[in-house]
Amino acid sequence: MTALKNPSRRTFLKSGAALGGGLVIGVHLPQAFAKTEVTTSMPNAWIRIGSDNTVTILCARSEMGQGVIMALPTLVAEELEVDLKKIKVDFAPPGEAYINAMLGAQLTGGSTSVRDGYDKLRVAGAQARVMLVQAAADKWSVDAEKCKAANGMVTGPGGKKASYGQLAEAASKLTPPKDVQLKDASQFRYIGKPLKRLDTAGKINGTTQFGIDVKLPGMLYAALAQCPVIGGKVVSVDDAKAKSMPGVKHVVRITDGVAVVADSWWQAKTARDTLNITWDEGPNKSLSTAAVFQGLADAMAKPAANIRQQGDVAQAMSGAAKRLEATYEMPFLSHSPMEPMNFTADVRSDSAMLIGSIQFQQMALGMAAAITGLKPGQITIKTTYLGGGFGRRIDLDYMAQAVEISKTIGKPVKLVWTREDDMTHDFYRPASVTKMFGGLDAEGKPVALSLKMTSPSVTTRLFPQIVKDGVDPLMTEAILVPYDIANQSVGTVIHETGLRVGYLRSVSHALNVFANESFIDEMAVAAGKDPYQFRRSLLEKQPRFRNVLDLAADKAGWGTSLPAGRARGIALMEGYETYMAQVAEVSVEGGAVKVHRVVVAVDLGRMVNPNIVEQQLESNIVFGLTALLYGNITLKDGRVEQTNFHDFKLLRMPETPKIEMHIVKSTEKPGGVGEPGMALLPPAVANAVYALNGKRLRKMPFSLA
Amino acid sequence: MARLTINGKSREVNADPSTPLLWVIRDSLGMTGTKFGCGAQLCGACTVLLDGVPVRSCGTSLSVASGRKITTIEGVGATPAGKKVQQAWAELDVPQCGYCQSGQIMSATALLTTNPKPTDADINAAMEGNICRCGTYPRIRAAIHKAAGTKGA
Repeated sequence: MTALKNPSRRTFLKSGAALGGGLVIGVHLPQAFAKTEVTTSMPNAWIRIGSDNTVTILCARSEMGQGVIMALPTLVAEELEVDLKKIKVDFAPPGEAYINAMLGAQLTGGSTSVRDGYDKLRVAGAQARVMLVQAAADKWSVDAEKCKAANGMVTGPGGKKASYGQLAEAASKLTPPKDVQLKDASQFRYIGKPLKRLDTAGKINGTTQFGIDVKLPGMLYAALAQCPVIGGKVVSVDDAKAKSMPGVKHVVRITDGVAVVADSWWQAKTARDTLNITWDEGPNKSLSTAAVFQGLADAMAKPAANIRQQGDVAQAMSGAAKRLEATYEMPFLSHSPMEPMNFTADVRSDSAMLIGSIQFQQMALGMAAAITGLKPGQITIKTTYLGGGFGRRIDLDYMAQAVEISKTIGKPVKLVWTREDDMTHDFYRPASVTKMFGGLDAEGKPVALSLKMTSPSVTTRLFPQIVKDGVDPLMTEAILVPYDIANQSVGTVIHETGLRVGYLRSVSHALNVFANESFIDEMAVAAGKDPYQFRRSLLEKQPRFRNVLDLAADKAGWGTSLPAGRARGIALMEGYETYMAQVAEVSVEGGAVKVHRVVVAVDLGRMVNPNIVEQQLESNIVFGLTALLYGNITLKDGRVEQTNFHDFKLLRMPETPKIEMHIVKSTEKPGGVGEPGMALLPPAVANAVYALNGKRLRKMPFSLA
Repeated sequence: MARLTINGKSREVNADPSTPLLWVIRDSLGMTGTKFGCGAQLCGACTVLLDGVPVRSCGTSLSVASGRKITTIEGVGATPAGKKVQQAWAELDVPQCGYCQSGQIMSATALLTTNPKPTDADINAAMEGNICRCGTYPRIRAAIHKAAGTKGA
């Protein structure tokens, strides 16, 4: 936790996080799209209507592939009664209206976007529609009930018609109605339909602007040298050569290292590589992977924070006919989004323009204010499209660096990290060790289950106020099994290893689901029972779990014969209020696991867009397969050893299995789907490998050696 | 001063001859559709066509590219195969975050230009240099088959 030892950075983080408590943030609304003759009105924080009838819906979550750019405006448009294909979408600035109520901050994460927005955005759309209708009724001096809104028009008695653009200014002056009637699901025109995304065209012709594509007038480019041991500090720098190189304009020391600023990024990067820096590598300079796991193992001996105590595990274990124990290990992982960290900042004496790929607008504002000394109202933050996020862009070290550089040189600058910078200076998914014990009675029924997990805590660094009594709620996701087992003991021990950690897609679901769903499989084997039926027998009181389990088993042909050399494994979870089962079909080829087919069954309640849901289900399986085959960040002499995609491999097309998706029709409230699936594939595959060759894989990435 | 022929247009560029084509395209010419992913020819995000052949522009110097025909994502739609590929990508809604898709489309276009009816094995061979962290591979495969009018396994 080196970052915590930097008091100034810690202050930034706190000031960012502290903005959640209802502070009104100055909201600057960019209206660059508005031509001089067009006036723009805002009936509420989510909708801008131009006098030219342009309808712009603001998306207050960061688009990193997961489809919020489509799903969230769909919710507004459904009730606003506009043609979804004709709307424009802008990313929202920081603002109180845009706080994610599930997270208490303007932050994209936790698969919360649709869950947070499902009612809120429909209400916003309906309120604006009611106001537009009222404006028309006022204009025509008729009863609003005699007017109707459809396709961006209000119609009234006697063939009266007015477009939203004609009504928007008057509508914006009305008081928003408190109670609005939302459509019944049977009336939905867009919600629940597999509509195509609105952002595809720009992504296939190269025009979509990601953070790395930003260009400001007079902008320079920066490359940054950071200590190879995260958290280390510059002692001295010899920059004579760099300063003599073509295009180099500045060499500046900032909190995190030494930046070279040049006319082009390649010049900056080339010059950066010539810097001769003496580092104080700090307290983590001899950290190694072995020491990390020794530390986690040692932490097992410490008393656990209690997550669940049910019945009497010790007594049940002593009376059990069969006892099992197993230890599961998860490595550090890097997020590795395809767009390396980068940020563009133009800090002036009285204002700042900050543009980039970020997931946490509120913290961005807090950090920028702390670094620049400017007031929030003087700072404009624009979010671009993100070239992947997966949680990496919640942490804004790269933004702080760009802001510091721009402030120092007094010019607009774009900082771009290399892939090596990105891989070696991530906030890594925590490593973990989980020890499990189980007991079966003479009939093979599980009577006791005990789990103890040790891991670093991301939340202790980012949101310390929600870590209570040693429990980090983002370390204990899916830690409780859904299975009916009378005696259970579940606890966690937070153990910081020295390497900084961050939230990564599915967060602790991945750690806990792997342990739980592997161990329940081990219990089934010990009981001499079929792993699917064994789980099923313990889910009498869990209909949504059982339903997806049955569906996945049925569609995968569970129990039917397979070609020689192939086997199936099954796993089950709930995450982000989404219930999911997967069946993986595997073989072992050339000493490595090969996944041929994955069948996923999911109940995520009401869906906004099944097309995007399917994208996310596939995405998670590829992401999970990368993790189980390759994902491993290791440390030597305090340095992350992996530097690029040759030694931190990501799944490629030939390795991608056949994926079959089955979505339960459900009227339950929406669940999140951007994350859970990646947690579920590893145990499904490990269980399949055991079924194939009797080798139990308890450590990721999987190795058959 | 180097001269490049890019998407059919002649452009003059003032950059060191050793500069990777990627950064010439992005920073000197301001064409940002071609993406920086790894800088080491490992991910394919920066793929462009050089005389019709897919190359990693992060590992191709300006001097090597000079005098040859360069096609980028901004111009690929003007080629018959590129147009088909982009149409199929749109019909199947392939992109998620979209960052790698320029490179994917360039590689797919090169494949269909030389092999109009690729098999799944052909697709694997042509596309395995392009990483997609979002995992759009199933849709990429389907889109290539759609553009080619073939059926996948």
